[in-house]
Amino acid sequence: MDAKEICLRLADAAGVSGDERAACECACQILGQSADVHIDRMNNVIGRIEGRGKRFLLDAHIDRIGLIVRGVNEKGFVLFDKCGGVDPRTLIGSEVEIFGKEKLFGVICSVPPHLAGDDDKLPEITKMAIDIGFGKEEAEKLVFPGDRIIIRNKQNQLLGKRISSAALDDRAGVAVLIKAVEILKKEGFTADLTLMFSSQEEVGGRGAKTGSFANQADEAIVVDVTFATQPDVGKEEGGELGKGPLIGFSPVLDREMSLALVYTAKEHGIPYDCEVMGRSTGTNADEISVSAGGIKTATVSVPLRNMHTAAEVIDTDDIENSAKLIACYILENGGKENA
Amino acid sequence: MLDYLKELCLINGTSGREEKVREYILSKIIDKADITVDPMGNVIAFVKGKHPAANKVMISAHMDEVGFIVRYITDDGFLKFTPVGGVDEKVVFGRNVTVGEDNIPGVVCVKPIHLCEKEELKKCPKIKDMCIDIGASSKEEAEKYVSVGDSVYFVSDFTQFGDGLIKAKAVDDRFGCAAMLKMIDEGVSYDTYFAFLVQEEVGLRGSKTAAFTVAPDYAIVLEATTASDTADTPESESVCFLGRGAAVSFMDRSTVYNRELFRLSREIAEKNGVAWQTKTTVAGGNDAGSIHTSRGGVYTLAISVPCRYIHSATCVANKADMQSVYKLAKLMNEEFANASPDR
Repeated sequence: MDAKEICLRLADAAGVSGDERAACECACQILGQSADVHIDRMNNVIGRIEGRGKRFLLDAHIDRIGLIVRGVNEKGFVLFDKCGGVDPRTLIGSEVEIFGKEKLFGVICSVPPHLAGDDDKLPEITKMAIDIGFGKEEAEKLVFPGDRIIIRNKQNQLLGKRISSAALDDRAGVAVLIKAVEILKKEGFTADLTLMFSSQEEVGGRGAKTGSFANQADEAIVVDVTFATQPDVGKEEGGELGKGPLIGFSPVLDREMSLALVYTAKEHGIPYDCEVMGRSTGTNADEISVSAGGIKTATVSVPLRNMHTAAEVIDTDDIENSAKLIACYILENGGKENA
Repeated sequence: MLDYLKELCLINGTSGREEKVREYILSKIIDKADITVDPMGNVIAFVKGKHPAANKVMISAHMDEVGFIVRYITDDGFLKFTPVGGVDEKVVFGRNVTVGEDNIPGVVCVKPIHLCEKEELKKCPKIKDMCIDIGASSKEEAEKYVSVGDSVYFVSDFTQFGDGLIKAKAVDDRFGCAAMLKMIDEGVSYDTYFAFLVQEEVGLRGSKTAAFTVAPDYAIVLEATTASDTADTPESESVCFLGRGAAVSFMDRSTVYNRELFRLSREIAEKNGVAWQTKTTVAGGNDAGSIHTSRGGVYTLAISVPCRYIHSATCVANKADMQSVYKLAKLMNEEFANASPDR
């Protein structure tokens, strides 16, 4: 499978934070061809490739943002809250799928203009409701508090190598790691490798916290998405689509690793940019780096537009280049004997 | 009727760009009616009945849907756009769209929530401040695929869900078109004019010329109208209700309907066991506005299917209501065909 196919297949799976099973199973199916996989008690997917010498941990989160059911109102409409940082401006009128007793279709209610008046303020998320087309009694049989909800949106091939889909944050990162393992296997790496597709990143890096404790390593690389340039996001705030991954520099990251990643990119002619953060990274790196006695950690990020909407956009060239960068780094920094 | 509706909703056609809808309709009625396509693009189909009609009756629905038009392409290859018809910005932000004849997929850009100030998150940006991303890296690349003036459409499949509901784009007013196609298939008792109209959403324009040309005595406008019988809306503000039948208007922003016709529609519905309701709010408007004031005046009735989230990609309507509108329209057609020309 090519990078695009892997990415779209992963992004098509449900798996809102805390309910990652569907996405975990999809990832296991793909990764199972090249590693020993299991799903741990926090819903982390762990893929092991045993080796000698240095231990590497590669992380990308498997959960996606979504909504969570609070209950059903008098008229049978479903009330909800967010589960992860959903953008409230994109919800009104959206189609959803509720993972209730069965998978249910619904529409988030909008208020017609003649009733909305001049007030163009958005309602609070807890004041919004989902129309599932049933009365209260039937609705209560099908939907239960805590059921997860995803925004339903068609995946698109845009011009060039660009694609749009919900959940590319961070299924794109998972795809990067699957491709990186492909390259490593082909190049005969010998070190010890753990792949971790971690749960609950969008609600606070919890899967990574336990996962990295249980799978100690000498070095970790975290792959997540970062802002891409787009209208209202300038070059100082984001990386450009199709111009390669962004290598993170932050007080919480290991500077030697960051510099070595830059060196690797230059040596191999892999396009890249640097992403400088004055504090923690807002990724699983923040948790992993302080796991147990500490793990040297770096970030490699895929630029993405419209983050936390159902129409996120990436360039699949960036997935290929991120995978190549990570594979080359590992091979040249203790991943291959006599290298 | 549902098959027609499904196919019609999936066709793209904003106001002034109804050609694909028109082609579809013509292909379905070509050997069933005497057809004229007027200079505006209206399809006027005369269908002979079993009997001649004492009055000339015109049944109409509009072919156009709300959407957008590309107005500018930025140096970075993003498309600026403006609505065609009334569209709420909240149902556009962060959605899929298709652009132009070749249905180039695009998405409406959203500045990431993480980079927004708190105040920015309380409102949705105006459509004039939004951009469509088709994946182009430059203006030159974008211009290979799209041009200024191209239409932009919502993307929405036809889904059945809940207790007898459907979801699609453009139910307003492909529903009316579908109902007329079915009437033509079934045949009519009395001679009838069917008018498939253009440009309703930009000012009731197609109906103006069609009503002049046909010069009817009576007109029946088939429409989809706002139902806001949702979550927290009190009954008094709900306009009309899904599942309560055909919605007949007594007054809206474009028309004060003939009192006697309004009453008659209720009587006939009740006599024939057809679910009937009225719109309880004076809101919206439709082609009746230009038809009832055509020439020396036309007796006009508007019968609508209640539709939630109208003018969005996710219009929701009830299948039983569609049947009610269909039945009532047929009954009223027969009533009008035989009525005295002066009430």
